[in-house]
Parts: sequence; structure tokens; C-alpha cells
Amino acid sequence: MKILVAVKRVIDYNVQIRVKEDNSGIVTDNVKMSTNPPDDNAIEEAVKIKESGKATEVVAITVGEEKAQETVRKALAVGADRGIHVKADGILEPLAVSKILQKIVEKEKPDLVFMGKQAIDDDCNQTGQMLSALLNWPQATFASKIEVKDNKLEVTREIDEGLETIEINTPAIVTCDLRLNEPRYASLPNIMKAKKKPIEELIASDLGVDITPRIEQVKVEEPPKRKAGIKVASVAELVQKLKNEAKVI
Amino acid sequence: MSVLLIAEHDNKELKSFTLNAATAASQIDSDVHAILIGHNSAEAVKKLSELPVIKKVISVEAPHYENYTAENFAPVIIKLAENYSHIVCSANTFGKNLMPRIAAHLDTSQVSDIIKVLSPDTFLRPIYAGNAFATIKSNDTKKCVTIRPTSFDPCESTGGSAPIEKMDSSEEFSNTKFVKREEIKSDRPELGTARIVVSGGRGMQNGENFKLITEVADKLGAAIGASRAAVDAGYISNDHQVGQTGKVVVPDLYIAIGISGAIQHLAGMKESKVIVAINKDGEAPIFSVADYGLEADLFEAIPQFMEELNKLNTIQK
Repeated sequence: MKILVAVKRVIDYNVQIRVKEDNSGIVTDNVKMSTNPPDDNAIEEAVKIKESGKATEVVAITVGEEKAQETVRKALAVGADRGIHVKADGILEPLAVSKILQKIVEKEKPDLVFMGKQAIDDDCNQTGQMLSALLNWPQATFASKIEVKDNKLEVTREIDEGLETIEINTPAIVTCDLRLNEPRYASLPNIMKAKKKPIEELIASDLGVDITPRIEQVKVEEPPKRKAGIKVASVAELVQKLKNEAKVI
Repeated sequence: MSVLLIAEHDNKELKSFTLNAATAASQIDSDVHAILIGHNSAEAVKKLSELPVIKKVISVEAPHYENYTAENFAPVIIKLAENYSHIVCSANTFGKNLMPRIAAHLDTSQVSDIIKVLSPDTFLRPIYAGNAFATIKSNDTKKCVTIRPTSFDPCESTGGSAPIEKMDSSEEFSNTKFVKREEIKSDRPELGTARIVVSGGRGMQNGENFKLITEVADKLGAAIGASRAAVDAGYISNDHQVGQTGKVVVPDLYIAIGISGAIQHLAGMKESKVIVAINKDGEAPIFSVADYGLEADLFEAIPQFMEELNKLNTIQK
């Protein structure tokens, strides 16, 4: 079984982002970038499945600018076998990315495609579902547990009401929740080894996919700031304020 | 052209967020039609037809619609799509799972999680966990939009009598099978719609201590929330998680106990009307969004809080 894992390079989750002064977007120059956190869970799960003997190959793929390749290299350092980097500049909407991934899936013919359930930059939560639609494959979104059974997966999904379990036949798409596993850190020897693993470089425009954005970003602004509150000295004061000042209890 | 709203329901009742999504849909265009895909769902269909903002209800019935599988729902909506300029549903796990599957089929770039309708093609949506607001204009002829339910008031639920039209079901998608759903039932208000939310974080130290949060919530008639750290540590189940990848809540009162206030958590609660933070670390980021901050050991503060609440003659519920 072959698993393709899609990873995205985003501003590191610990960075307090800043809006550009001309309201055209978010400042990304000289800002720490990392792999989108749930994409790390996707890689970890694929590598674990391979280690259990149920998969033979893990291929990491990213779509994006030159530097996006770092995320593929990181995936190789934690156990992916080889990488693919589809180069594309500018804003990439989930629809465009899913069309690119569809082309790669048609070529690579994986049994499973894993990715994070949501990217923490645009918070769209679309790519996995769109890819499954384009391929007409089953989808298991927000996965917090995956069990591989022959040519089937049993997946536990985190939903608003609690947990849901579904069974999907391969080939299939799984989008991963942060609770799926604990991603490992790359050891130094493995980082060195990863440098020798192959990364195939492709150009998005060569794949015959129209990736022109359909959505115009009119402006990006800071959200309204909350006015600073006060510190209370005691629980009694807190309850009194909630009762008589805020009038919420 | 008209707007198609996808109703969320459990075959008997409408899920409450359907009412919020209906409000958003009616702000895009006054001609709102709603589709309810279900199994033995006549009761829910009737309730949908009673929403005054809905002009027409389309009901689709088949056994394979019982468990809201996106792979089964999407083809039904795609069949109808040509009659509509917009397809709308809630940006909760139901809508997040379903809408992109529809959008990709229609070759539309989906607009996710809007908090405001500025015009039929321009919307406001939070990005980067709500640390920035983007105004975006969709240039697709057909628009697929998910709405953040807590950013729109629920519509009236009675008084309407929209005509109900039946539509044929689509074929079952055989590669996905529903196995089971473990819903945590409780008598408490729903987290997404509660007037008061009491949340615990890693500061609770273990699941046993989380009972303290339950006590406060019971006393206030509140829903229980949690930070991701608390859910990850197994103190409480995932359906309580508030934050960027959990639930977004906007209660009148949000009480954060033992929660440091990571960006990811603030994303889910900072629009609350009144925020209370109880934390022993005076530098915790949660205090930067709190209207009332109490720097204290929560294991001392919670019993005192209960005592003070008991002294009150009345508590608003």
C-alpha cells in the first residue's frame, strides 16, 4: 500500500501574525515558517502505518513556492521515503491545490491520501474534501483514530456531537485531526539521511491545471480590539462585578 | 437567483445552527429555499417549512441519508445546483465535511466560515485563527458559502408555511459506510449556543478535578468548555473543545479557569460579551482579553466562587 501525504508551509503556530500596513495581506517576510500542524500528524500516521508493515511507501507532497520544499524535506526526515514539490507562486486556493493533487494522484496511484484537516493560515478546511470529490473517493475528515484493515479503513472522526466511526474502502482520503497521534521529532542522523532522499520537482503550470484565484482578497484588517479589562482582588469582588456591573449572572 | 440552504437535522429536529445559517442565507437574497436530506425526516421537514425566511422546502428521503454522509448528500445538492446562485450551510463539522465536496464538483472556490455578508458576492471572514479579518469577493458564478453560526442570529422558527416539494434520491455511495456515532448526551445547554460557558484548561491538572468546572457550570446553568490542552490530556471529551479547530462560542459570559490563553484558544472565545479569567499566572495571555481577571490558585478560587454564588438570592439562567 502506498500513502501520499500532502503538507503545507504556513506561518509557525506560535507567531503572533501582523497585518500589512496597506491592508493587502499578512506580513510573511522574516517570519518563522513551519509545517501546518495537523499535516505533521498526517505524516506521522502514514509513517506509523508503514512501520507496522501495512504500507510499503510514504510519499510527501507540497504545492507552493520555492521554500515550501522545506516541509517536504522535514517529512522525509521523519520517515517519508521520497518527496514531490509542485512549484507554484502566489495565492493558491484549496480548489487549485486539490486539482494539482488530483493530477499527482492519477500519476502516483496511491491507495491513501492523508493531509491535515485544516491549514492554520487561511482556515479554509476544504482541500481534502475537494480532492475526494474530484476523484470520487470516500473521505474521512477530522480523523482522530485510524485502523487499517486489508483494503478498508475504520476511522474515528471528531464531530461536534462527539465521535463518529465510519468504514471506508481504499482508495480514500483522510484528513487528520491534531489528536490522531503525537508527531515525532526528526533526529539529527535522520535529518542528514533525508538530505539524500529524492524530491521530484514539478511546475504547476505544466500539469494543465488552471490555478488562477477565483476569490479576490479585497482587504485584510486587524480584528476589532477588546478594550482592556480589570483585575479583581478577590472572588467576592468578581461575583459582585458580574452581578451588578456586567449583569450577566 | 435564489439561495439554497442545506438544513442540518437529526431527522426529527432541526439542528439549532440551521436557524443561524437561514439568517445568513436571507441576507444574501430574500428568496431562500432549503433542502433537507434525510430518512424518516417528515417531522424535521415540517419544522423547516415553518421558518418564515424559507420560501420553499425540498425534501429528499432515502435510508442511506440517515447518517448525513457527505458522499451521499453531495450528489443530491449538485443535481439542484443549477437553479441557485448560492449554496449555504453552517461552518460546523457537518458543513465543513460536506460543502467542499459540493464546491469541487461545481468547480467553485468555496468561501469558508463567513462572519458577515457585505453583498451577495463579498463577505467578511476571519483568517489566522481570527487574528485578521479578510474581506473577500468571490468571482465564481455559483457560490458555495459556509457561515459561522455564532456570528448570525437565529431566524424565527415558527409562523411560516413554505411549500414542501419532494425530490428523488440519488444512488448510494457504496465505498463509505457509517458504523456508529458516540454522542455525549447531557441536560446542559449546548456549548455553541449557551448563554454562559465555563471552561477549564491544563490548570485543572486531571480529569477528576474537572468536576469542579462541572459544579460551577451546574450552578450557573452553563455549558462546559475546555482548551485543547485539557482535551489532549484526556480530562474531558473532544466535543467540549473551544478554539481554532474546535468550537467557536460567543456567550454572554465566558469563564476561563486554568486556561493560559493560547492563540488557538482565544480564536474560539474572544468574541464573548464578558470574559472572566481565573489563573495563577498573572502574565497569562488570557488576561489580555479578560474583562475581569482574577490572579489566584483555582483550587482555592473555585470553592470560594461557589460559596459566593450560593450567597446570591437569584442567578440569571
